Amino acid sequence: MLNPDSVGSTFAGTEPIIVSQSEVDAFCAVIGEADTSIAPPTFTIRITLTQFEEILTRPEIGLDWSRLVHGDQKFEIFSPIKPGDELTCSATIESYRVAAGNEIVTVRSDLYRTSQLAISAWSTLVVRA
Amino acid sequence: MNTVGTELPPRVFHLNRELLKRYADASGDQNPIHQDEDFALSVGLPNVIAHGMLTMALVGKYISDFAGGSAKVLEFGARFIKPVIVPAGQEVDLTVTATISDITDGKISLTLSATSADVKVLGMAKAVILQ
Repeated sequence: MLNPDSVGSTFAGTEPIIVSQSEVDAFCAVIGEADTSIAPPTFTIRITLTQFEEILTRPEIGLDWSRLVHGDQKFEIFSPIKPGDELTCSATIESYRVAAGNEIVTVRSDLYRTSQLAISAWSTLVVRA
Repeated sequence: MNTVGTELPPRVFHLNRELLKRYADASGDQNPIHQDEDFALSVGLPNVIAHGMLTMALVGKYISDFAGGSAKVLEFGARFIKPVIVPAGQEVDLTVTATISDITDGKISLTLSATSADVKVLGMAKAVILQ
């Protein structure tokens, strides 16, 4: 179970992440996007889900990642991501509830490029009973 | 001419197991429910299912194409209501359509629909793009 005391808290992610051309190329290729000079709108899930897993499974937070289902997802893009960008990530646990034994957690990730907010993304994650 | 209420032309994307593997590698999401049929069945799924975020990435491509590039997409959100089921050796359709729901201050709001095998797979799918 998620530690309810963590709701409302913001957690710093790991080391800064440098977006490589090859990872943008691979993502674009899957969806048939020819313009690889900009990351597609949902590209940063590659960064944020990894960061969420690292943060939310810390012992003091305690989410069970193995039974996780993605409920919904939203992106607000203030400045599109480009190859070569160096990004830092933070995660805020915005809400948490338990319904029929399922844990429902909404987490916001904020990705910053040189301390300017580039993308906020909200993920609702459901840990199935 | 883009006006509120305009329906955008539908587009059909095709998914297969190979695309799911490529998306797993491109996104880093290697959950076996998207690749391993025995595992998917063992956790009660009808078959291998596509990553919800792959569905969303393809709808994102539809949005970017209408907007005139990824850089023009300001907001995009959706709820995952049903899985896209991808049996071995088959091409599965994902049909995407959209309606212009608002045009304000140089921004266009879209309400999107995504179906696979006539089942609605995304709910509350909305995007905002630069006009």
